[in-house]
Amino acid sequence: MFTPKARGELSEALIDALRTDSVDARPALALDPTDDGDLHISLWVMYELMYRGFDDVDDDVEWNPTVLELRRSLERLFEDELRSKYAGEPLPEPFADKLAECIENHDGVSVAAFIQRDADLEQVLEFLRYKSIYHVKEADPTTWVIPRLSTGPKAAVIELQYDEYGCGDPNRLHSNMFVRGLEACGLRSEYGAYIDDVPLEVLKQNNAWSLLGLHRRLRGAALGHLAAFEATSSLPSRRIAGGMERLGLPGEMIAYYDEHVEADAVHEQLAIRTICGALVEETPSLAADVVFGAMTCLGLEDEFARRMLGEWSA
Amino acid sequence: MSLNEFEHADVVLCPGGPLLLRGEHVIEDDKGGLHRTTRPVSAVCRCGKSAKQPWCDGTHKVIPERARP
Repeated sequence: MFTPKARGELSEALIDALRTDSVDARPALALDPTDDGDLHISLWVMYELMYRGFDDVDDDVEWNPTVLELRRSLERLFEDELRSKYAGEPLPEPFADKLAECIENHDGVSVAAFIQRDADLEQVLEFLRYKSIYHVKEADPTTWVIPRLSTGPKAAVIELQYDEYGCGDPNRLHSNMFVRGLEACGLRSEYGAYIDDVPLEVLKQNNAWSLLGLHRRLRGAALGHLAAFEATSSLPSRRIAGGMERLGLPGEMIAYYDEHVEADAVHEQLAIRTICGALVEETPSLAADVVFGAMTCLGLEDEFARRMLGEWSA
Repeated sequence: MSLNEFEHADVVLCPGGPLLLRGEHVIEDDKGGLHRTTRPVSAVCRCGKSAKQPWCDGTHKVIPERARP
């Protein structure tokens, strides 16, 4: 993958400095982001240094202190925004049951229902291009969390991740099922292929996964985010698969969503009960962050859905 | 029990939701059809409304609470 297009002054200075290996010579990186798009593409680029990197950036820059300092300053802005919007309410006991209820009762708009009934082929392909940013590295941000957990929650996360990673069979790796779906649809399947096209809301969703996954301090929020993601996947996946059948999309892509109907019916229970339930039982002080993570996942998906439905109905 | 011993059931009944099965199993449905588990943990429908019998597809969440298991 090559570095994406800049979206403002800060990302332009950052990407240029990364590509020319001149990060330390750039006081320009003290710039404020032009807008949220500039902030989030900058953050996304710095996070990607920790996943797969860029063909046009030296691998050594991953732990460069200047880059980390800039990343931290942007992360603070993003985390403050998320906490002010999606802190959520404290949940009564029993925590796992109440978390499940709270996620179930969340009132958001649904892209899946639109895809099922109304979307045309172009709209579904646009949806897939945007979702590809996360799905080609599906489950990876959660993997950062594993070494930060004690025995019970750690084993529980592994039980879920093992299924995400196809139980070791590359053909069943969820991210690879999506890659094959993209190829069958005639879309580009390389990692990050459509990053220049995605709206701000998609960058925010991807950056939230990485923000929560990469900070030990935020492990509760990362697992709450996972729980909400899994618990709002099974029914929407069925709707999306239905819409794709209606429009005659290739079987490989339908298979990806079909797989998630069944897999996420399991993962939802594991994430809420054996993962978040066990985590909070062991460390009650993490309860508020679990809720924050769950509300962040639901809130950012809602921001994405409002954006897409607004554009598609215009 | 030592703090380092964990209860880890093979079969878990989820409140209002499916039955989780850990490990490999073959399930006979109500018409005599056999279904082999394909993942480390499988969710078996308990509300009777799943379109993917015998597996859970999340439908229990959209049926009235009194009809849930």
